Amino acid sequence: MNKIQKLIEENVAALIILTFITISIAMLVEILPLMFSKSVTQPIAGVKPYSALRLEGRDIYIREGCYNCHSQMIRPFRSETERYGHYSVAGESVYDHPFQWGSKRTGPDLARVGGRYSDEWHRVHLMNPRDVVPESNMPAFPWLAANTIDSTVTPKKMEALRKLGVPYTDADIANASKEVEGKTEMEAVIAYLQGLGLALKNKR
Amino acid sequence: MTDFTSGFWGYFIATVAILGVVFCAYLLLSQMKVKLQKGEKAQVTGHKWDGDLEEYNNPLPGWWVGMFVLTLVFAVGYFWLYPGLVVMGNAKGWSQEGQHKEEVAKADAKYQALYDKYAKLDIPAVAQDKEANAMGKRLFMTYCVQCHGADARGAKGFPNLTDGDWLYGGKPENILETLNKGRHGQMPAFGAAFGEEKVRDAANYVLKISGSPAFNDVRAERGAETFKQVCAACHGADGKGNQSIGAPNLTDKTWLYGGSEATIVETITNGRDNVMPAWKEFLGDGKVHLLAAYVYSLRDSNK
Repeated sequence: MNKIQKLIEENVAALIILTFITISIAMLVEILPLMFSKSVTQPIAGVKPYSALRLEGRDIYIREGCYNCHSQMIRPFRSETERYGHYSVAGESVYDHPFQWGSKRTGPDLARVGGRYSDEWHRVHLMNPRDVVPESNMPAFPWLAANTIDSTVTPKKMEALRKLGVPYTDADIANASKEVEGKTEMEAVIAYLQGLGLALKNKR
Repeated sequence: MTDFTSGFWGYFIATVAILGVVFCAYLLLSQMKVKLQKGEKAQVTGHKWDGDLEEYNNPLPGWWVGMFVLTLVFAVGYFWLYPGLVVMGNAKGWSQEGQHKEEVAKADAKYQALYDKYAKLDIPAVAQDKEANAMGKRLFMTYCVQCHGADARGAKGFPNLTDGDWLYGGKPENILETLNKGRHGQMPAFGAAFGEEKVRDAANYVLKISGSPAFNDVRAERGAETFKQVCAACHGADGKGNQSIGAPNLTDKTWLYGGSEATIVETITNGRDNVMPAWKEFLGDGKVHLLAAYVYSLRDSNK
């Protein structure tokens, strides 16, 4: 035992390696088995891979850092399910790479925002949130309406996601550029938001 | 258990978890070897830093050992009561979903009677009830304010609910239908069909029938013809609108998007698309009833 103590105290590399092994044991129990759990790896009924436009919208959502203030994870507490709807389940985010769960809520959770407001509401709200919610402290994102999407990279993104296990067909990828061609970033983000959480939308 | 692709994973988790606890117990025992007799001075470990910095080898403090043992006991109890080991245990039958269901059932039992009480009354009667009104207001503040505003006066494109003016009718049954099924109001775009001049003519006619003094006579004259041929189909020959399809009354001073010439030109040119979401499935009848009564009670509050 003294020998081990001496080793850890005097050899930083040994300290790092042993720390890593210790942490790995927790990961063995808490993370590894989840990769073999059906409720985590298989989509629930109604969950489909993002369409090309929604996928682009999702990337803009990530680019603009929306996740810094908005989680997409309704916890199984009545206080949350009353406000947002059915609690989130892992099978809803199997096509999300990376997923957008989280616990930082400066703004409301968005896991089931799909269909909650009209497209027009989202447009007004993203241009200037204060126009519809006077007390809002969300920043405005007016450039989304001015920027158009680069349709040449969309198929590449879908191919990369296919390697990660998202079941895009060749036809999906072939039509991707056409679907997003000429669309503004605003349209893409709204399409993404309006598709969020629909699989369990009307269940409590 | 059945959630895993193979039964192996249950045993895997149980093995690693139990070994973890056993290792912690072993670690504690292995570190309790140092004992001091009364009056005996603690040894140093023999390590030296910076020439004279040394480390005592004191026995573990009793309170600390006690707490360590408590965590071990807690772990065993936790494994037994909750599904910590997957393959066994969960004496409480606990699950995350189950806990949520229980919480909801408890709340439902408490509040259902309240909803039932008001569901039996018709909406004008509920609107008179102070307690029901307070409940309706709280619901409104959670689900409706994002579009209609905390004061229910709406915003550009989102109807004011306090002015007594209704797109789809303000009778209790209209409000209920709006809440339950949602609404989708569409004004088609006429920019391409009319051309710029004709759009401005029509806009000036709309200004005229709305009672605004700021319109151009000549344009309004020409616009009247366009209105009769096209706009009247939805807004009526007299411009008073049609509540069955949500076509606004254009002869009053209430505007959904604004009553300046520029805004009206924008409306005619690009059209409008307005959606009120349906709430029946999400909120359920009890809450919709209270909300409808609250909205009904607002109808003339700011005429």
